[in-house]
Amino acid sequence: MTLIRLDQVHKHFTNVHALRDLSLTLNPGEVLGLFGHNGAGKTTTMKLILGLEKPSQGLVEVLGQSPWRRQFSEQRHQIGFLPESVSFYPQLTGREVLHYFARLKKIDTAQADNLLERIGLAHAVNRKIKTYSKGMRQRLGLAQALLSQPRLLLLDEPTVGLDPIATQEFYGMVDELRDQGCGVILCSHVLPGVEKHINRAAILGQGRLRALGTLTELRAQANLPMTIRVSSALARPALQQQLEDLDVSSAGMRPINGHTLEWQSAPGNKMQILRRLARQQELDDIDIQEPSLESLYRHFVELATEVRP
Amino acid sequence: MNPIFHIAHKELKDGFRNRWILAITLIFALLSVGISWFGAAGAGVIGFTSLPNTIVSLASLAVFLIPLIALFLAYDAIVGEDEDGTLLLLLTYPLSKGQLLLGKLLGHGAMMGLSTLLGFGASAITIMIFADGINAVEVIRAFGGFVLSATLLGLVFLAFAYVISAWVSEKSKAAGGALLFWFTFVLIFDLALLGTLVATEGRFHPEVFPFLLLLNPTDVFRLINLVGFEGSGQGVLAMAQDLSFGHGVLYSALIAWLLLPMGIAYGLFLKRPL
Repeated sequence: MTLIRLDQVHKHFTNVHALRDLSLTLNPGEVLGLFGHNGAGKTTTMKLILGLEKPSQGLVEVLGQSPWRRQFSEQRHQIGFLPESVSFYPQLTGREVLHYFARLKKIDTAQADNLLERIGLAHAVNRKIKTYSKGMRQRLGLAQALLSQPRLLLLDEPTVGLDPIATQEFYGMVDELRDQGCGVILCSHVLPGVEKHINRAAILGQGRLRALGTLTELRAQANLPMTIRVSSALARPALQQQLEDLDVSSAGMRPINGHTLEWQSAPGNKMQILRRLARQQELDDIDIQEPSLESLYRHFVELATEVRP
Repeated sequence: MNPIFHIAHKELKDGFRNRWILAITLIFALLSVGISWFGAAGAGVIGFTSLPNTIVSLASLAVFLIPLIALFLAYDAIVGEDEDGTLLLLLTYPLSKGQLLLGKLLGHGAMMGLSTLLGFGASAITIMIFADGINAVEVIRAFGGFVLSATLLGLVFLAFAYVISAWVSEKSKAAGGALLFWFTFVLIFDLALLGTLVATEGRFHPEVFPFLLLLNPTDVFRLINLVGFEGSGQGVLAMAQDLSFGHGVLYSALIAWLLLPMGIAYGLFLKRPL
């Protein structure tokens, strides 16, 4: 069953056209990354999915129902949401806050205690929130979102303020949930590191969907060059001569240091180039970088602005 | 259990945690015991004078303090949660805006009720123990009515606070709005009435004028605590002297004053952009 279905959705506010013609779906066991600059329509999309806003036009269906209707309240037990920059009641302890949210979702408070342990806050449950670090608050927010073992999880900028280890752990938890069949929407503008954890990416720009697909699909669509870097014991001129003989390098080869060269090449010839390079005894190292999510993102957003300035 | 109670419970816990309840109770207790015993000091008497005198003096104290405390307890009820991001989160829970608002009213109302009961109850107990020739039943009845009407007055101003809180977009504006409401209902309204009365030498619709008092919940509260005692009203209340508003009318007026702003607050909350 499709968890989320948006079909040709438009959303206008009094003087802003926040979303135009947005269509996307989310299936169970899938992580969809939602990317875009500020004002691109990420937050509006989230609010439409959560039923906090009503679409001006088009279809929004979440767990088979229109989320902005009153009857949707029953489905809300199955949705977890981690808002961007939420600050919980500073006078209450971590346990009290999580118990409060658990009661509102009609969930056993014992389960909330288990969750506090799993999320690594067991040592701080009886401390007031005002003493928590940013990372601890974010963990508590995540615990809150996971309370009901949700079928659908929406995460808005979840790793802002987390250190690298906490970020890793966080994504570990997202992977685990996905494997259990939970559908996840991950909204972020911190692009590095997200690639491995998302199944598909949706790139928004100025209220429109600029690109949607798996990273492989997006790479094929964008046709961005990959970056190849080789280092060798040979001196740079000799190395360059060799590579030119091999006919692997396109124009614009540039030296990184005395023994390393870098150039860009069309994405299609990856294997061909690898085979040729692998036969060279003098090469010490070969590094091929496919276009990162960041460069894909930039490509699709810039492409759009060129078409309509 | 209904989410209203969970929200009320959380507000109450917050109230104990940040010492609001303790502080309000102490203020009420100190001032009310003080007034019960030294209220007549101006007339050269120290000690308990009479029940009606005491209640009327306490009412004049409460009419300033209770609205102020209620407004400052609740002015950030909605706008504060909005600024912290918890409002957005709560609205994604299986919970309606109406339940959220009623939960806040129940929680804040319990805090006001509890502090009023304990604070003013302290002075009732002092009177029963130390004053001579006093009928305990009468004391309890008089203070019971006083605490009930004072709590209602508190609820009315909590509702005003929610109107402000649902309306404005920043906490600082809500604080300013709360002060404005306090000035209007506690000070300016009566001054304006008195001013009109004096300027027209009492000829401005004398038969309609007392009804204007029902347009201010603080005056309704004071009337409630005058009716039934021979105590004579001062200031604008003197106008209502020959009018026989019964307790029924006055309590109904206070309840109407609670329902009206709650309705407005709910309407504003529904329309509030997130």
